[in-house]
Amino acid sequence: MPKRIMFTMGDIACAEGAISAGCRYFGGYPITPATEIAEWMARRMPEVGGAYVQYEDEIASITSVIGASWTGTKAMTATSGPGVSLMMEAVGLAVMTETPLVLVNIMRGGPSTGQPTRGQQGDVMQAKWGSHGDYQIIALTPASVQEMFDETIRAFNLSERYRVPVFLLADETVGHMRERLVIPDEKDIKLEYRKLPTVDPSEYLPFKPDDDLVPPMALLGTKYQFYATGLTHDERGYPSDKEEVQIELITRLNNKILKNADKIVEVEEFMLDDAEIAVIAYGTPSRSAKRAIKDVRQEGIRAGLLRLKTVWPFPERHVVDLATKVKQIIVAEQNLGQIYYMVKAAASPTPVHLMTKPAGMPQLPQEIVQMIREVHSS
Amino acid sequence: MTESVPVLKHPMAKYIREDRQPWIYCSGCSVGIVTGMVARAIDNLGIDFSKVVVVSGIGCTGRTSGYFKTGTYYTTHGRAIAFAEGVKIANPELEVIVVSGDGDIAAIGGNHLIHACRRNIDMTIVCVNNFNYGMTGGQFGPTTEHLRYTQTSPPPIGNVEHSFNLVKLAASSGATFVARWTAVHVRRATKSIEKGIEKKGLSFIEIVGACPTAYGRMNRLGDGVAMHRHLLEVADIQNGLPPHEAELDYETRIVCGEFVDVEKPEYTAVLREAYKKLRG
Ligand SMILES: Cc1ncc(C[n+]2csc(CCOP(=O)(O)OP(=O)(O)O)c2C)c(N)n1
Ligand SMILES: [Mg+2]
Repeated sequence: MPKRIMFTMGDIACAEGAISAGCRYFGGYPITPATEIAEWMARRMPEVGGAYVQYEDEIASITSVIGASWTGTKAMTATSGPGVSLMMEAVGLAVMTETPLVLVNIMRGGPSTGQPTRGQQGDVMQAKWGSHGDYQIIALTPASVQEMFDETIRAFNLSERYRVPVFLLADETVGHMRERLVIPDEKDIKLEYRKLPTVDPSEYLPFKPDDDLVPPMALLGTKYQFYATGLTHDERGYPSDKEEVQIELITRLNNKILKNADKIVEVEEFMLDDAEIAVIAYGTPSRSAKRAIKDVRQEGIRAGLLRLKTVWPFPERHVVDLATKVKQIIVAEQNLGQIYYMVKAAASPTPVHLMTKPAGMPQLPQEIVQMIREVHSS
Repeated sequence: MTESVPVLKHPMAKYIREDRQPWIYCSGCSVGIVTGMVARAIDNLGIDFSKVVVVSGIGCTGRTSGYFKTGTYYTTHGRAIAFAEGVKIANPELEVIVVSGDGDIAAIGGNHLIHACRRNIDMTIVCVNNFNYGMTGGQFGPTTEHLRYTQTSPPPIGNVEHSFNLVKLAASSGATFVARWTAVHVRRATKSIEKGIEKKGLSFIEIVGACPTAYGRMNRLGDGVAMHRHLLEVADIQNGLPPHEAELDYETRIVCGEFVDVEKPEYTAVLREAYKKLRG
């Protein structure tokens, strides 16, 4: 398809991004504020020869996505807090069986049913720690309609490259805002696909990694036979209760993300060159922060923004570097403090101030201006 | 003098990961017999084994998938059918077989069972009903009969709940092929599994089996041989009986046979037709 321009909603941009990324299977269950993704997919999937399947719950939705992915089809689901909570066991299964998939969470107010139509960034730690066991996932945090499109494509590419579930963590404001969206010509979109095995089927070891720690993935219905299981397994895929097998497997599953963090993490640096005070934000609060930084610079306060486009793996190196350059750091997030603790640990001993907002309206620019002034004068 | 004795190969061994032997099943368990039924059904049909996908959930029965030498997947507990739906819809060329236990399919996964039946997605579900959660040591589940003893419904009270009749459940949920056999009806059950695989629609086949280690011991039903002999004695073959009459009473009468074989548009076929029209 040639280049197109739309004026549309973040949720729809996400769905279009998925289609451009080659997603041809969507399994979901309606939930505010992610419903528009499902509705758009229900119309668009038949047009591109894919399937929109509405399941009886979110558990079936994500598990079916895992199934679709193992046939070689790029697949995703989209939901919000209550749905993500139900999906968590399957996230672990996808991690353990190294299944590429994209899980979109349009974050609403929680806990529980919370405020369905109001945004929040309350699920950042859930994305990282919600399933049991030691594991790593990737989570991206778009801040605009355009990024809902671009980052969804990046989410698919990363999930294919590292064979891992990738979360698109967007707060409701980003999901529901309407902006200009440029959909590039399809030949300008770079797409990745999982490595397929090339060895003779008799020699194939389904969970033997290459040097990048990622094993080539056989697909169902091919000459490669395999057993994929959520049980701890050796390179053959066979279950094992041996200590060394457990240590080797989970260490590799963690390292394939952590050791590749530099290739995964993306941040935006805004007016940081001479900054004394840095704001760290992601999603909608980062937009307020940009406005605030421009305003305080008029007053002569040298402030800048580190906008996280990736929250997991945590951009540790970027924060460590930043902490050596600035005097103070402010973390503004739409919750009671989640990424704050990661920043604090990485930035120490540089002081880190938390600016919370556990509700639908993000920190407003003038509120961030006020915070920067206070920190500046302290 | 040692003479080399020719090693006899089981005729179904070609479908099985022999390097995973021995099986995990207890002696006297029915699950191995059912594994054999599935292998024989595939063999009799002569279908391309690399296009067969065997999926199961957690449990003793659930371990079955891992013994088949094709694309196999062991999902989380209860989710085998949901995984299988994703596979079948994403690639309708594949022959999808779910093999799992009564707890996996009718308790934690019960919602997926009824909705998959309702959707009529082409797949074959083989459910081994051993009346309890075998893998976790024998607790009551949705198929445990009223007042029976298990580790969580111990004497003197027994199971306060009542059981599902899986044939009735699948039939009323919309499955287009429904059968029940016991683990001793190997030939007939294999035939039904073949029909289920060939059927373009959702097929549900219940195999009533024995769990002598847990359920048998708690209810003094004897060892594996005794339990299987009992299954043969109380089986009442009634092919074509309306599914709502397919009663199951372990003590006295287990109605066996094929109860539903109807035609209904199948999910992936409907989708494919719709796409053809859309493309014009
Ligand atoms: C979410 C979750 N809950 C509980 C368990 C523990 N568990 C493992 S197998 C099983 C029951 C299996 O029973 P059934 O499906 O009847 O299979 P059987 O072992 O009898 O063949 C349970 C409860 C689990 N693995 N996952
Ligand atoms: Mg059981």
